[in-house]
Amino acid sequence: MRRFLRPGHDPVRERLKRDLFQFNKTVEHGFPHQPSALGYSPFLRLMAIGTRSGAIKLYGAPGVEFMGLHEENNTVMQIHFIPDQCQLVTLLDDNSLHLWSLKQHGGASELREEHRFTLKGPPGSPPSATQVTAVLPHSSREVLYLGTESGNIFVVELPSFRVLEDRTITPEAVLQRIPEDNCNRRSCELVEALREHPKNPDQILIGYSRALIVLWDLQSNKAVHHFLGSQQLENLYWQRDGNKFISCHYDGSYAQWLVSSDNRQSEPLENTVPYGPFPCKAISKIYWQTTRNGLPYIIFQGGMPRASYGDRHSITVIHGSQQTAFDFTSRVIDFFIIFSSDPAAEFDDPSALVVLAEEELVVIDLKSAGWPAVHPPYLASLHCSAITCSHHVSNIPLKLWERIISAGSKQNIHYSSMPWPIDGGTNIAPDPPQRDLLLTGHEDGTVRFWDASGVCLHLLYKLSTVRVFLTDADPNDNMNTLGEDEWPPLRKVGTFDPYSDDPRLGIQKIYLCKYSGYLAVAGTAGQVLVMELNDEDAEHVVDHAEADLLQDQEGYRWKGHEKLKTRDGPVRFEAGFQPFVLVQCQPPAVVTSLALHSEWKLVAFGTSHGFGLFDHQQKRLVFVKCTLHPSDQLALEGPLSRVKSLKKSLRQSFRRIRRSRVSSRKRRGAGGNASEVQEANAKFDQDALQEMELAPVQRKIEARSAEDSFTGFVRTLYFADTFLRDSSRHCPSLWAGTNGGTVYAFCLRVPPAERRMDEPVRAEQAKEIQLMHRAPVVGILVLDGRSTPLPEPLEVAHDLSKSPDMQGSHQLLVVSEEQFKVFTLPKVSSKLKLKLTALEGCRVRKVTVANFGSCKTDDYSENDLAVLTNLGDIQIISLPFLKLQIRYPCIRKEDVSGIASCVFTKYGQGFYLISPSEFERFSLSTKWLVEPRCIVDMPEVTSNNHVHNKSGTENAARKSSPGDCGEDERKSGRLMEHALLNDEKVLKEIQSTLEGGR
Amino acid sequence: EFRRFSLERSKPGKFEEFYGLLQHVHKIPNVDVLVGYTDIHGDLLPINNDDNYHKAVSTANPLLRIFIQRKEDADYSAFGTDTMTRKKNVLSNVLRPDNHKKKPHIVISMPQDFRPVSSIIDVDILPETHRRVRLYKYGTDKPLGFYIRDGSSVRVTPHGLEKVPGIFISRLVPGGLAQSTGLLAVNDEVLEVNGIEVSGKSLDQVTDMMIANSRNLIITVRPANQRNNVVRNSRTSGSSGQSTESSLPSSTPNILGSLLQGEEESDEEDIIIEDSGEPQQIPKAAPTSESIESLSQIELLHESTQNGFLPSSEMNLNHSAGSISMEYEVPEPGHKPLEEDGTIITL
Repeated sequence: MRRFLRPGHDPVRERLKRDLFQFNKTVEHGFPHQPSALGYSPFLRLMAIGTRSGAIKLYGAPGVEFMGLHEENNTVMQIHFIPDQCQLVTLLDDNSLHLWSLKQHGGASELREEHRFTLKGPPGSPPSATQVTAVLPHSSREVLYLGTESGNIFVVELPSFRVLEDRTITPEAVLQRIPEDNCNRRSCELVEALREHPKNPDQILIGYSRALIVLWDLQSNKAVHHFLGSQQLENLYWQRDGNKFISCHYDGSYAQWLVSSDNRQSEPLENTVPYGPFPCKAISKIYWQTTRNGLPYIIFQGGMPRASYGDRHSITVIHGSQQTAFDFTSRVIDFFIIFSSDPAAEFDDPSALVVLAEEELVVIDLKSAGWPAVHPPYLASLHCSAITCSHHVSNIPLKLWERIISAGSKQNIHYSSMPWPIDGGTNIAPDPPQRDLLLTGHEDGTVRFWDASGVCLHLLYKLSTVRVFLTDADPNDNMNTLGEDEWPPLRKVGTFDPYSDDPRLGIQKIYLCKYSGYLAVAGTAGQVLVMELNDEDAEHVVDHAEADLLQDQEGYRWKGHEKLKTRDGPVRFEAGFQPFVLVQCQPPAVVTSLALHSEWKLVAFGTSHGFGLFDHQQKRLVFVKCTLHPSDQLALEGPLSRVKSLKKSLRQSFRRIRRSRVSSRKRRGAGGNASEVQEANAKFDQDALQEMELAPVQRKIEARSAEDSFTGFVRTLYFADTFLRDSSRHCPSLWAGTNGGTVYAFCLRVPPAERRMDEPVRAEQAKEIQLMHRAPVVGILVLDGRSTPLPEPLEVAHDLSKSPDMQGSHQLLVVSEEQFKVFTLPKVSSKLKLKLTALEGCRVRKVTVANFGSCKTDDYSENDLAVLTNLGDIQIISLPFLKLQIRYPCIRKEDVSGIASCVFTKYGQGFYLISPSEFERFSLSTKWLVEPRCIVDMPEVTSNNHVHNKSGTENAARKSSPGDCGEDERKSGRLMEHALLNDEKVLKEIQSTLEGGR
Repeated sequence: EFRRFSLERSKPGKFEEFYGLLQHVHKIPNVDVLVGYTDIHGDLLPINNDDNYHKAVSTANPLLRIFIQRKEDADYSAFGTDTMTRKKNVLSNVLRPDNHKKKPHIVISMPQDFRPVSSIIDVDILPETHRRVRLYKYGTDKPLGFYIRDGSSVRVTPHGLEKVPGIFISRLVPGGLAQSTGLLAVNDEVLEVNGIEVSGKSLDQVTDMMIANSRNLIITVRPANQRNNVVRNSRTSGSSGQSTESSLPSSTPNILGSLLQGEEESDEEDIIIEDSGEPQQIPKAAPTSESIESLSQIELLHESTQNGFLPSSEMNLNHSAGSISMEYEVPEPGHKPLEEDGTIITL
């Protein structure tokens, strides 16, 4: 019996499978979800970001990144690098301290947790006694000073975390040395800040919350000076020479204090409320940076007038007469200044301000006039408008790549040309094997083009579809138009803008033809735009057509949103992808599937009502087909949300809330934490089980019927040149699959090129297949005579693929959510099937053909199906025999948005969202693997840290390039150079890969 | 009125001839009558076609008792199974027809007009505490009509008794297929779906498995009520489920048993419409040696005649006929993918 002839008992095949398939989660792209702490090492030139879920991520030069995860999954409160070491200390909100090290292992550096420690007070003391509020890693690298809520400052030895009790600085000891009567025990409660003297490592400055500031001598164990402010203290900062320090306060003021050996004054030199006189918010952190020209930079966070601007998230930079309050789009978590870290240098000479806001990272160039922002090479805010869909295109031809970059560079002129200032470590990963594009569609009607070739997901170009339509918000209505005399001098920075003016603009489907540069984009209100890449600005009229998908149906009323209004007359488009055709579906329901054939110049689109085919050469609608079942009222009425019962939607939203809570706690470890995650998952399962016992959920068991709602919903569209009618002639065809398990096949007649404009494209329905199990059809594919999937349009014309075998008989693969079925063509008879759901209870969510190359030999590769199921598993299924090869758990099954966002590449990699702002990249292939591999050398302790870091290739490249080209251009330039060198090689490789597969 | 006459057992002839003979013997040539006989169990069963006539003759031991009633005042309830227990009553009813009210006229059709709706299968290989039920959804208008839930059951393990999660039937829809068979009940624990164990699978997974198999669903349950279990070697005809099965050839359980093990090729045949022509069942491509066992071929044949899988435009109607009541029921879990692709979760 077949059941016993399970695949996988063939040892040769088993060995081959090991050479072909391997599952790895390789890197997280984007911006960390819910960042909570920031740290920077001027010595290593590395930045660290901690998150509320206990992750810690280190970033240096592009490609240099590390990730760690605290087992406790608690919020990271503070991050401190140990001076001149490859080590850092994190403080979590459970008051635990963790020591992390970057150690070299197998030629690359790895981030590892070395020790953990929780400060314990004497028995019976309140928890506040040991609640750490301030951490000072001493420059001796031997001890940490831990300021606490009780006012005690504990000293712990590194790396053992042994408490040196005899060196504890108690409030009593501090008060003993202060003669003044106006200081009492309460003055020494809660240590706000600990700062080491920049010149004298034996002195530390202690700032207590109640504005008592003490300069403490560690050798003599006594207070050298004390200073008493009038307002609650927020933070302290030493000036470079150590003669003065600056304090900032709760009332929005800052004060400068002089430290001189003879002067025991307790009055500040200067006390200012920069945004007074009305009550201001606290200044929570301040920097005082000296410069060669004598005018200092004063940079502080907060301090805005409470009543009028209390809701702003600002950081103010004052330099002489220049003053700008950078206004961030989300709460500022923390910031730091990059300045000369050479202790011998006379001045700070700040070069950049790095701000970690809740939703994005902003870097301001302080050297250039106007303080422009720097375009970050990583940590992009993917979610600056919510991601609504994504599309991946592998192996972009060099020409298209360059044109997209050039279009993007025109958009980035307002960015600083400063090279990326955080450039520690060296990227030793091999150069990415090909140029890959990831396109994300967003709620605000934009499409972002990301360089997904390597570890750094980098924005190349942003396309907006808004200009085609008339919306309430005029895109020219810019908030940056501030007058000269505005006070406070606010300036918006950052790109995070989650508020969409019109949800109808949202992008739902994207299709890019990498050979022709044609791009089709479809959205929420049934709009389908076909675009062409133009290197120049242009003003032209967008041809507009309407596709009435309900043509012959009557008496239906659409209760959903209206279609978008279009702009009359010519519209000005910037260089890049410019729309030339707009098709609007009627009713204006969400476009649920899209296909573009650039060779035939046809675009097909489908909604919940039907599908249509548009000839974008002749700008003519070829046909529409209504797929609605007459009884399906629900699909007609409008957006799906309307038809859900209130009870059900409430229940679902509660579930979603619960799920999101869970998902925010659970994160994958970079390594070594697998058991922890498993444990957490087990606990979750247990909790879930208990929950279910309390409130039993029941599921209805019912066969699908033709009368179910949304059976007409078009799930997939596919163009193929195949044998549809008879086995002697092949012809262009369009295939559509619906939610109700129906496949429609249309025979197309596309006139030859010389008469392409004269004769109309004709279409005729040739076949209709009804799958009896009626599950939604999620994929359609035609295999040629060699059982190889048909190549993409123009692939053969560009010599990147062998022409398909038109001699042997073709096969049709229909993938429904439940089954994979192979049929013969042109006479449809069933040949093979794999009943996935019946066997495993999982359903297909995403399916793509992927090419897997062997890691052992270059001349073997094969095509398989990569499948993501609703349980979050990834399965690889062989073609054409539909045998399950291997299965990997990838996404938690509760993570619905993660599963829905997953996109596979053509070479066995994939991406899915682990948070609204982060893509996890994974690889199923042994051959194509993109993961960070970098090295951070343990620098000798030198007096000049800069010298050391300039050994990296990144830096060398930066050195040699003149400062006038942007970071963006520089990086892309390097890539292009590489691409040029390797293009031929890449092409050959692909050619051989393709041939090997036959 | 009694008559006694002889028939040749080896050549009983056709029912029509027999019917004529009866009318002739009783001298009632123009009176419509219902003919019945008592089988070995004492059930009063109808004789209205060649098949059951032959069956009746073959059971004569050596006497065959035949009851004849006038059609207009016949007691239809007298026929059927389970008449054994009511035998006396039945006989008295038959003998004194004026005792009861008239029942509506029911025409009992030929066996091939019946289709099985359910059966208990694999009785010989399952433990007595388990029951494997096959529900034939195809062609019927009735919804499957049951719900499942999570729960916990107690298992005996090497470490003693252990509480383990399980899947249970939580509700039967009145008038649904599941309820009408009487083979499934609330709180029955679901152990397998079409031969695949459900332990370790989530409620949603089991739901999907059942829906994926809904056209030919085989569920193995541990009935909550263990008192009605099938007793080996003495299969009494106790439920309607088995009575329908009795209309199948006696080898049916074996066919089903082997089907369960093998690939159920027959449970769903997709339909193709070529060039807007007539819908047709999609044939199998050139059968390979491993593909279908001959047994399932038989089943296929059997099914295609029974389900009206005749090449006609009725084809679609047959399945879309569904049930009107279903239309307004809570959307199935199968709709989930839709919601995710829609505007609610924007991804």
